[in-house]
Amino acid sequence: MSLTELSIAEARAGLDRKSFSAVELAQAHLDAIAALNPRLNAFILPTPERALADARAADDRIARGAARPLEGIPLGIKDLFCTRGVRSTAGSRILGNFVPPYESTVTANLFRDGAVMLGKTNLDEFAMGSSNMTSAYGGVENPWQRKGDAATRLVPGGSSGGSAAAVAARLCLGATATDTGGSIRQPAAFCGIAGIKPTYGRCSRWGIVAFASSLDQAGPMARSVRDNAILLGSMAGFDPKDSTSAERPVPDFAAACDQPMKGLRIGVPKEYRVPGMSAEIEALWQQGMAWLREQGAEIREISLPHTKYALPTYYIVAPAEASSNLARYDGVRYGLRVIEPGDSLDEMYERTRGEGFGAEVRRRILIGTYVLSAGYYDAYYLKAQKVRALIARDFERAFADVDAILTPTAPSAAFGMGEKMDDPVTMYLNDVFTVTANLAGLPGLSVPAGLSAEGLPLGLQVVGRAFDEETVFAVGAAIERAAGFTARPVLRAGG
Amino acid sequence: MSLDAATVRRIASLARLRVPEDQLPRLGQELNAILGWIEQLNEVNTGGVEPLTGSAALAMRMREDVVNDGAQPEAVLSNAPERIDAFYAVPKVVE
Amino acid sequence: MSEAKPYRVSGDTGEWEVVIGLEVHAQVISNAKLFSGAATAFGAEPNTQVSFVDAAFPGMLPVINRECVAQAVRTGLGLNAEINLVSVFDRKNYFYADLPAGYQISQYSRPVVGKGTILLDMPDGTTREVGITRLHLEQDAGKSLHDQHPAKSLIDLNRAGVALMEIVSEPDMRSPEEAGAYLRKLRTILRYLGTCDGNMEEGSMRCDVNVSVRKPGEGFRTRCEVKNVNSVRFVMQAIEVEALRQVRVWEEGGAVEQETRLYDANKGQTRSMRSKEHAHDYRYFPDPDLLPLVLDPAWVEELKRGLPELPDARKARYMRDFGLSAYDAGVLVLEQETAAYYEAVAKGRDAKLAANWVMGDLFAALNKTGRSIENSPVSAGNLGRLLDLMADNTISGRIAKQVFETMIEAGTDPDPAAIVEAEGLRQVTDTGAIEAAVDAVMAKNADKVAEYRSGKDKLFGFFVGQVMKAMAGKGNPALVNDVLKKKLS
Ligand SMILES: [Mg+2]
Ligand SMILES: [Zn+2]
Repeated sequence: MSLTELSIAEARAGLDRKSFSAVELAQAHLDAIAALNPRLNAFILPTPERALADARAADDRIARGAARPLEGIPLGIKDLFCTRGVRSTAGSRILGNFVPPYESTVTANLFRDGAVMLGKTNLDEFAMGSSNMTSAYGGVENPWQRKGDAATRLVPGGSSGGSAAAVAARLCLGATATDTGGSIRQPAAFCGIAGIKPTYGRCSRWGIVAFASSLDQAGPMARSVRDNAILLGSMAGFDPKDSTSAERPVPDFAAACDQPMKGLRIGVPKEYRVPGMSAEIEALWQQGMAWLREQGAEIREISLPHTKYALPTYYIVAPAEASSNLARYDGVRYGLRVIEPGDSLDEMYERTRGEGFGAEVRRRILIGTYVLSAGYYDAYYLKAQKVRALIARDFERAFADVDAILTPTAPSAAFGMGEKMDDPVTMYLNDVFTVTANLAGLPGLSVPAGLSAEGLPLGLQVVGRAFDEETVFAVGAAIERAAGFTARPVLRAGG
Repeated sequence: MSLDAATVRRIASLARLRVPEDQLPRLGQELNAILGWIEQLNEVNTGGVEPLTGSAALAMRMREDVVNDGAQPEAVLSNAPERIDAFYAVPKVVE
Repeated sequence: MSEAKPYRVSGDTGEWEVVIGLEVHAQVISNAKLFSGAATAFGAEPNTQVSFVDAAFPGMLPVINRECVAQAVRTGLGLNAEINLVSVFDRKNYFYADLPAGYQISQYSRPVVGKGTILLDMPDGTTREVGITRLHLEQDAGKSLHDQHPAKSLIDLNRAGVALMEIVSEPDMRSPEEAGAYLRKLRTILRYLGTCDGNMEEGSMRCDVNVSVRKPGEGFRTRCEVKNVNSVRFVMQAIEVEALRQVRVWEEGGAVEQETRLYDANKGQTRSMRSKEHAHDYRYFPDPDLLPLVLDPAWVEELKRGLPELPDARKARYMRDFGLSAYDAGVLVLEQETAAYYEAVAKGRDAKLAANWVMGDLFAALNKTGRSIENSPVSAGNLGRLLDLMADNTISGRIAKQVFETMIEAGTDPDPAAIVEAEGLRQVTDTGAIEAAVDAVMAKNADKVAEYRSGKDKLFGFFVGQVMKAMAGKGNPALVNDVLKKKLS
């Protein structure tokens, strides 16, 4: 089998057996990037020299019998993670040629465990988007195509669109990603791979460019549920440098993938049958319930009454926090500075920020500034945080009766580049099923479960109790087993 | 609530974002559409509800009072768009 | 508490009362910054005490320093204030070159310390209570240097992120003197607690003054905030001129506008800071990078037990145990070092005499030599020994002053007993020697003896002086008196 088709577990086994070297494994992926990235634009910055150096070091350790859990595993790193000595852009012009003098905790954990960095993957600017079309480095193409329609280029979803496309197209074995309103799960669903947003606090936010601090969580993307479990096991863990990091041990997520469904109670929220949801998504959801029932789980209808308010709540909280988080990009200490002769400090700020941020980021900064401004705080931000409390309470009540919740990941399959672009609100609706888990801080996993009539991947989402990723992985793995999803995208390494 | 051009201009200035004058009306419309959609939250009765702010943890951890950072002027200044000696430099601010 | 004559500004329409509230920013004494591990020391090379957190690099996160919280709690306890077991950090959003994140982490709606009180010691020995509204923790900004380059402002972030306590008073003060007394007392308390060094020159204590005027008995009128006044003297001057300005505005039929003003010490006037006023909308909201600050009541108790004796308690003890006046006690407790020195001198001795020596001769000597009490040329031990030499009649008070002068001039903190021995200053108590001296003086001044005996009592002092002179000041004054009285009668 081609080295780019391996799972992480298979690759680890092959490396240890010396069936191939880490350098060979890295080179196979670098070749794939060289071949496909010009079209897909999944990587903003491939780092081949770094990858080969990492791989050589991995081969040394393997030879010495000192392999670590991810020794030699080539990964894509979302360009929202600060990587020491490697330009980090957040998909924005405003960071200019910013080269972080530090390594994010999550990537440091992965490298501590032996992972190889292939490069920095593309994303929506500052992770704001559901299409990857807002990146200052250009859109990413979804490696999947509609059946019989090679002409229409599809979006990979967002904001972790580069990571999703890279994993799906076999440019890497796995990737890091972040999820503020669905940015791991929606692109995973659009690209036919798996991705998990863990519980808020499970992964350190230190060194990840902030979008909305109370919602941002890092997580992995990979082609199988188990590979996600392996990667998350390395990424997660308490970090004293992040005040919101949870002081909890990291369970054996991979082992959880084998837990049986028997006796589990799976909730299906009636409010997720949203108007306009396609029949095939509804059918897939029913299919998911049937698969779990067949494996011994009990399906229960539950109610999450404040579901419909989740998106508007999100679009107050996230822009408000973002407007403040992005104030530091001012052209003074790092990044882009745009200045004309005679400019005052304020003119320099306005020019730098006006030109450095793209349209969607500017839009959200303005919304966030407005909802926090004098006289509106109570009506918008405070109100939203109260509704958020009600949304969290809905989940708490539901989890008194069920062990996990099953929903579709997104209301549609991947759409074409340029579609849904005129109206921001239409674009925002992509996150209708995913955003609730961010607001409540809960873990959510998207698993590829089937294909649409057009031949595009569709995902199912499993949401769990706070810090119960184990059950989420177990249910996700059960769906994965039943679905037997083996379809592969048109654009892929060796494809 | 609706945003006229003057309000958009004020908010943009508060956020230090240069918005060309001819884009103000369109931007105002976009923001209005989003705000109008957001206002469905008014339907929700939030009487007596404590606002949620994020993490489930109740109390904040505290660090010890130890100097273990700083002392790295080059690292801190190396990305600066403009520096003079060991300072960041900006257009002169007149008080 | 006696009622001193109230301070009034007289205008054309009669007398006006001044209403004053103070906001003090006090730099917390800690090794590291409020939310980062960078150092806080004063005067370091530019940008050498800056972490990536302080410079607001992408992805950097704040983690709170326990000692800074402890210092705020100690200060709250020292101000007899409520400690809020749950408080919240908010972001105050605004753009400025020395505010790297574009927001200051501060406490807005839920400060760590609530209402308290502070007791002012007025110069006439009376006290006055002023309410504390709140104390909250926040980050300091960096420093902008505007005069180093013709076209640029230079930014040094060494101070960025250093912990400040913002201490807000109620509008309870009614005169520049009270404002001065407030600042001095607050400074004393902070220094006792070791939570702030109170150094206004180095900027570790900065003051914003809220001033309004009104006709006595009226409700409050509009106030102005005079920003960043950096000495007690300037605070008092700023209040005076700002109150006068406001009286003029009202009396000319205008209305005082609520605004931020700046005190220009050279011109002796305040002026409007319109630039600072421009579009201020801080968009406060709870900092999502931080959780609520929840304090364990047991920890607060532990901090309380660790507090030193505070100036008010010490003053009361001096009045009670040492019989000192309110004024003397107040002066002696103002600085911990003075109080410690005084107590070392007073211990086991005449406490009032000790107070007189410390506040009189020692303060004068310190003043003259420009030294602080921590490096006084005469240690408390040797001043005490000097008092002992008086108490056991080895020397007289007059000789003691002379010995003290010698001790100051020596600068080596010499033992007073050694000086007395070396210079032969031990006082003469041998009645024979005194009688001989008296006899000699009387023989030389037979005319004055006659005058005295015919009723000119006032001449007694003359004889004392002559005898003392003859004995080079070493005669025991009581014995000299006795012998003179006996022989003259
Ligand atoms: Mg203030
Ligand atoms: Zn303040």
